Amino acid sequence: MAKVFQKPHGLTDAPFHYCPGCTHGICHRLVAEVLDELNIEGKTIGIAPVGCSVMAYDYFNCDMQEAAHGRAPAVATGVKRVHPDKIVFTYQGDGDLAAIGTAETVHAATRGENITVIFINNTIYGMTGGQMAPTTLPGQVTQTSPYGRDPHTQGFPIRMAEMLATLDGPSYIERVALDTVPNIKKAKAAIKKAFQNQIDQKGFSMVEVLSTCPTNWGLSPQEAIKRLQDEMIPYYPLGVYKDVE
Amino acid sequence: MSEKVLMKGNEAIAEAAIRSGCRHFFGYPITPQTELSAYMAKKMPKIGGVFLQAESEVAAINMVYGAAGAGARTMTSSSSPGISLKAEGISYIAGADLPCVIVDIVRGGPGLGGIQPAQSDYFQATKGGGHGDYHLIVLAPNSVQEIVSLTADAFNLADEYRMPVMILGDGTLGQMMEPVDFDSIPAPVEAEKDWATTGTDLKREHNIINSLYLVPEGLEAKILERQKRYDIVTEKEVRYEAHGLEDADIVITAYGTTSRVVESAVKQLREEGYKIGVIRPITLWPFPTEVFQKAAETAKAFLSVEMSMGQMVEDVRLAVAGKAPVHFFGRTGGIIPTPAEVVEKVKEITKEV
Repeated sequence: MAKVFQKPHGLTDAPFHYCPGCTHGICHRLVAEVLDELNIEGKTIGIAPVGCSVMAYDYFNCDMQEAAHGRAPAVATGVKRVHPDKIVFTYQGDGDLAAIGTAETVHAATRGENITVIFINNTIYGMTGGQMAPTTLPGQVTQTSPYGRDPHTQGFPIRMAEMLATLDGPSYIERVALDTVPNIKKAKAAIKKAFQNQIDQKGFSMVEVLSTCPTNWGLSPQEAIKRLQDEMIPYYPLGVYKDVE
Repeated sequence: MSEKVLMKGNEAIAEAAIRSGCRHFFGYPITPQTELSAYMAKKMPKIGGVFLQAESEVAAINMVYGAAGAGARTMTSSSSPGISLKAEGISYIAGADLPCVIVDIVRGGPGLGGIQPAQSDYFQATKGGGHGDYHLIVLAPNSVQEIVSLTADAFNLADEYRMPVMILGDGTLGQMMEPVDFDSIPAPVEAEKDWATTGTDLKREHNIINSLYLVPEGLEAKILERQKRYDIVTEKEVRYEAHGLEDADIVITAYGTTSRVVESAVKQLREEGYKIGVIRPITLWPFPTEVFQKAAETAKAFLSVEMSMGQMVEDVRLAVAGKAPVHFFGRTGGIIPTPAEVVEKVKEITKEV
């Protein structure tokens, strides 16, 4: 009997440690499928972040480096400058990419560093137990915004896709969501394009992936998907923010 | 006959690094190491290398992490406040067993301090700086010629032991010009880097560069394994220069720039009949403990001369272990001690012994 569905080669056999309903698993799979389809796993070096996906180095079958919190784009830069012919990607969460690593993100983008950045925005710090993230929405309750994020004292959320799109360096920036099958298909197409751009030497590409964190949101997986649709997408509109031909 | 060229210390480090196979330099501007980056910026593009001015010291050291993990001979340079910023990355580099060279052209601190030469970062260089049980090999040259040979050694040592090596200079060494001969420097030793992330080509298991070990037994085992390497380094790589120890009443010790000052003082003191021995540590880590232990069997007193409030003197005291008094003389904040001050201090000590 013909096999019609299997685990992508880009993933190892290590079981994911992610919580039930978390969308990291989906996103890992999409990245791995793209590594398979573009036939680049053997020449790819991935950079894992600090956060829930810290152990991504155990899950992707390609060579991996584990970076310090927020430093993945700098580490990726070091790798890419040594191996300009290889494919280098980072996989980072919102605390990593948009708070502690903002400088590394902005400058890798403005240098037009020829890397691919997968940015998981779930509006919360998951690994440390649900603290306010740079992307936490106004009014959102977290461990460190127990009365709801008050923009007057805790600042406003940061829209990274829009912000980075103002720079000349990036070649491609898109925001996608993992809430429905059609959107997951769009997310995969965006991730594939972000890797293809690197192969084509187009420079910095980033896909911001709106994701869920049922555990730290205190919601069921289904409710979490609904929150993503009702609250996150209106604040973080989906779409292509930059696409240089 | 090999040709000598007149060069600043900072430029000599850069040229020696290039000759040692370094093609990836990541830096951030800071005084007084400026000429090093400038030299790299000029040279690297012409030889197919990479000079990248990062957005911060933090980014620069993490680029070094990435490049080292990808198998390259790579280097960054900075000065004291910048090294504080790099401390995070240095800890990760040590924790991931990556080879690289870090240059620290020390200036006065703490805080912004000043831009004049100092040795007040001995602790930072030799005792950590970043978090965790780790060491750097710390090399302390005292001339531009030695800067060049130690830079070449630094890359070989880093590769051999898979650990970061620091070249600890100061504003004087970085800025002063001396004749230097590049032909005599140690040749690059090829190291097999089968652990590097170069892409699997689908022909091997994936390589992982990492410092995270969540299971305590796993982390302890990793640290113990690294410690074994540190023990070999301590056993094999100690370097120092010493003279006059056989009949010395007083042993003066100093590294880097202050060792040159001490030599002038010693010359004068010997002419006046004083029996002075000298120990100049070249590796600050591993520290040349044994030569101090041996000298302590006969010497009446030790004197550590530093451009600090007294940092290396603590290692001297540990080595001498109470067998003789260990004195200290230092100037700090960017002031270089004079030979006359050292002579005066020795005479003061002599009255006591």
